[in-house]
Amino acid sequence: MSLTYDDVVAKYEPVLGLEVHVELNTESKMFCGCATVFGAEPNTQTCPVCLALPGALPVVNEKAIESTIKIGLALNCSIAPFSRFARKNYFYPDMPKNFQISQYDEPICVDGYIDVEIETDEGPKKFRVEVERVHMEEDTGKSLHVGGATGRIHGAEYSLLDYNRAGIPLVEIVTKIVPGTGKYAPEVAKAYVAELRDILRSLGVSDVKMEQGSLRCDANVSLRLIGAEKLGTRSETKNVNSLRSVERAVRGEMIRHAELLNAGGRVVQETRHFQEDTGLTRSGRSKEQAEDYRYFPEPDLVPVEPDAAWIETLRAGLPERPSIRRKRLQEAWAVPEKEMAAMINADVLDIVEETVLLGADPTKARSWWLGEISRIANDKDVAIADLAITPKDVAEIVALVNSGDLTDKLARQVVEGVISGEGKPSEVIAKRGIKVVNDDGALMAAIEKVCAEQAETAEKVRAGHIPAAGALIGAVMKETKGQADAARVRELLLGHLGQPTS
Amino acid sequence: MSSLSRDEVAKLAGLARIEMSEEELVSLSKEFTVILDAVARVQEVASADVAPTSHPLSLRNVFRPDVVVPSLSPEQALSGAPAQEEQRFRVPQILGEE
Amino acid sequence: MIRSTAAQMAAKLASGETTSVTLTQAHLDRINSVEDKVHAFLFVDEKGALEQAASVDAKRAKGEKLSPLAGVPLALKDVLAQKNKPTTCGSKILEGWLPPYDSTVVANLKKNDIVILGKTNMDEFAMGSSTENSAYGPTHNPWDLSRIPGGSGGGSSAALASFEAPLAIGTDTGGSIRQPAAVTGTVGVKPTYGGVSRYGLVAFSSSLDQAGPCARTVLDTALLHEAIAGYDPKDATSINAPVPQVVQAAKDGNVKGMKIGVVKELNGDGYQPGVRARFEEALELLAKAGAEIVEVSTPNFEYALAAYYLIAPSEASSNLARFDAMRYGLRVGDVDGASAEAVMNLTREVGFGKEVKRRIILGTYALSSGYYDAYYGSAQKVRTLITQDFTQAFTKADVLVSPTCPTTAFKIGEKANDPLAMYLNDIATIPVNLAGIGGMSLPAGLADEDGLPVGFQIMSPVMKDERMYSVGAALEAALLSQWGAPLLDRAPALEAGK
Ligand SMILES: [Zn+2]
Repeated sequence: MSLTYDDVVAKYEPVLGLEVHVELNTESKMFCGCATVFGAEPNTQTCPVCLALPGALPVVNEKAIESTIKIGLALNCSIAPFSRFARKNYFYPDMPKNFQISQYDEPICVDGYIDVEIETDEGPKKFRVEVERVHMEEDTGKSLHVGGATGRIHGAEYSLLDYNRAGIPLVEIVTKIVPGTGKYAPEVAKAYVAELRDILRSLGVSDVKMEQGSLRCDANVSLRLIGAEKLGTRSETKNVNSLRSVERAVRGEMIRHAELLNAGGRVVQETRHFQEDTGLTRSGRSKEQAEDYRYFPEPDLVPVEPDAAWIETLRAGLPERPSIRRKRLQEAWAVPEKEMAAMINADVLDIVEETVLLGADPTKARSWWLGEISRIANDKDVAIADLAITPKDVAEIVALVNSGDLTDKLARQVVEGVISGEGKPSEVIAKRGIKVVNDDGALMAAIEKVCAEQAETAEKVRAGHIPAAGALIGAVMKETKGQADAARVRELLLGHLGQPTS
Repeated sequence: MSSLSRDEVAKLAGLARIEMSEEELVSLSKEFTVILDAVARVQEVASADVAPTSHPLSLRNVFRPDVVVPSLSPEQALSGAPAQEEQRFRVPQILGEE
Repeated sequence: MIRSTAAQMAAKLASGETTSVTLTQAHLDRINSVEDKVHAFLFVDEKGALEQAASVDAKRAKGEKLSPLAGVPLALKDVLAQKNKPTTCGSKILEGWLPPYDSTVVANLKKNDIVILGKTNMDEFAMGSSTENSAYGPTHNPWDLSRIPGGSGGGSSAALASFEAPLAIGTDTGGSIRQPAAVTGTVGVKPTYGGVSRYGLVAFSSSLDQAGPCARTVLDTALLHEAIAGYDPKDATSINAPVPQVVQAAKDGNVKGMKIGVVKELNGDGYQPGVRARFEEALELLAKAGAEIVEVSTPNFEYALAAYYLIAPSEASSNLARFDAMRYGLRVGDVDGASAEAVMNLTREVGFGKEVKRRIILGTYALSSGYYDAYYGSAQKVRTLITQDFTQAFTKADVLVSPTCPTTAFKIGEKANDPLAMYLNDIATIPVNLAGIGGMSLPAGLADEDGLPVGFQIMSPVMKDERMYSVGAALEAALLSQWGAPLLDRAPALEAGK
């Protein structure tokens, strides 16, 4: 017992397999016109089709097919010239028809791959993760378990079902087995899911929010003795709901398997549930007998045969691969690694790029979005994208600062005005009467007034004690309601008091 | 020739979620011996070179646009529910996996 | 008035000679007086029908342009969802369920202002050929109340034959429109698969089910056909093409120069002598009317029954999985501590009848791993062969014909314990469903040995439904001039005291 990770990888080679379920962000469900809004009141987004009322029939959402083909293309898959839906038959109360419309032996995308790069002892290293298939299916409803201890299924007295989620389009992305990662298996698993998430986000096909369940990962892990041919028995860990958990789950399962094997036991093929709090997995019901899903072609739907022109149009519209784009932007903007990571974390890369494309300096654009605007979003507890400020607004503000029409301080007021819905920057400036006071006459009047009021301080400056000018400049700025350019004020003030201005 | 034992019928009834009495299992098992012989005739002509037909029409690519249409009201959705609570379908405790 | 054709009723409504309320009330009265003998209906919607009739009359009074069948009453098979009206499919498991939506067929009926009298009896989930499998008791054949009215749509056919309704809707998965029409001396059409929307038709076997029109004449059937048919975006298997011009074909009834192919395999041994005699006479009449009679061979039809009894139960085992006591319908055994699984098992035991369970188990078996290829997979291959047989035959003939059923109506209870004998009833109707083509049954007369109606089946290629109406109308006209009066005039009276 209590093996270290190093002990495990010294003896065993891990083999990975990853299944990722992605909820597409279509407006309507996979087979009916119900809305797909997250968090809606229970059973307000249901209809005869997604409740499986007798007589109702499914019709495929074209956008879902399109999104799935895009995913396949982005993952370097071949798009099947002929694919079909099939019924996967099993009874479960969260699945209204008691079969899931899925794809079985005729999925829409096959044989792809993505390359991921991770830091190793020998520096950055690339691993290729091969994708076996990408197929379409539908999500289930959600159950709320009542009674018993923790809202968990075990010990519950009854359950309450909400079918809003039933029928939301799901895409399942299944890798081939990934051997050869050695001790880096947990990192490769995490990097794969992260890269996949970035690709899906760049395609705009899913919200990819692991915490809301729009991206869910099942990690399959098995061990074999180093050098052995035969694969070991695998466990399937479900409920892995963050990137960090992917890494922890794989590592944890490797250790658990190794402990079992070292003790002369065997690994049971079963589903396990990852527990965020402990980082351990807990056994689900083991599959004593394999489920018999009785797949057969869905007779209510007809085959999908995407024509080449459609596929090529979609291929042509694919965005740049996120990892490549990141490298390109980092170089072009000369951003340090850490700042780049901050931008990605804050999800402002697109917005900053757009702002730069509108003419703003990359450093300025970055500092606005990552600084002031992020701060306001945080305070308001909303996403940056939901704030009423656009890259165009920011580019405009940056330009006004550059031309000297705004000071940094005034610019912050403009940003705040735009966000609070007062209009475009020009409108905020007009409404609030924000203006850099460039009129030397007006400034001189203020300077003379301040010098008269604070004659003692003015005298000190006149006597050559320059640091004392700070208080006077501050007073002038106050007098001009912050609209003066502080540098110009300093220049005029020092001149007025007979001091050198630089 | 083809036949289904009582235990096989019981397993199928389990898959199909139908409780069956001992009597029913035995009588179905007997009937299936006759029925399966009759339907197994399809194998006589189902050679490898014949393509299967799962659907009478040769339609392809039938889609609907991604447009939201009004759902049922929750009252309508739940109107047939044997039991309900908090605008949800109330069902007996669910065994098995989460 | 209730014995006239729907077309005649429509003409009287249009001319103002009668109103829809009067006509509807007359049919409700008829239902009241004969229903205890026939039991065609599971639900009579007296109030709803009269309201609908009144609204049609009001529209007509305002001078609105109405559809050809506006104001004529109709009996609806209980397998089609009608908003807020009981829809049971003849099963206990759906007792009391009120659909919150209309099937497309019902929506089309309402759009055409056809008055819905109520829901008709049927074999549970359309599984059967006699209506004996209804959880609500059998329907009786108006020609002989001790006999079956056919199935699964025996309620619809009996309603027509007993003048409870001039129009009815049926559904046909393996003959459930045509066989009841044949044994009750009425007309029934299974349109081309995809010709009428399946949205709201509670599925038995999705790749075979098709709703269709039933009436007492070919023209009435055609009028109803055009009212309910057409593309429906809610059904992915609906054909996006114009509805075949069946009304015109039924009016013309022209078979001059048409080639009519007699299917060699659907005749001979196993067919009752009276059935064969009426069939042969009908062929002669069609030849006299100018058609050319040819013989065609369809060697794989002998496997059709076997393929059907694998495909239909397989699809049914999946389609009927939704009846699980969770969201609607019956729930049994929901006591303290019972699991959802146990409640499902008990509900499905109690809620489904014997034949439904038999077919669910058969279908579950045919799809299960290790048996799929031998059963479901092989059946799908037979389906290909049967479609090829039809394609071949249609190169030699414009339509194909056969007797609709091997026999006339059998006695209630006669075949109840012999599923295979019961299945044989559909031997001539099933190939049409497997290939998705159109099929019609119309009366060819009475069998000499028992005095019961014999059905004549006409089959037409995909979306050439007008052809069977041409042939049907021609044959109907020839027979009528021979008989001098409609066949149903020879049926015994049902009124009390007679
Ligand atoms: Zn829906």
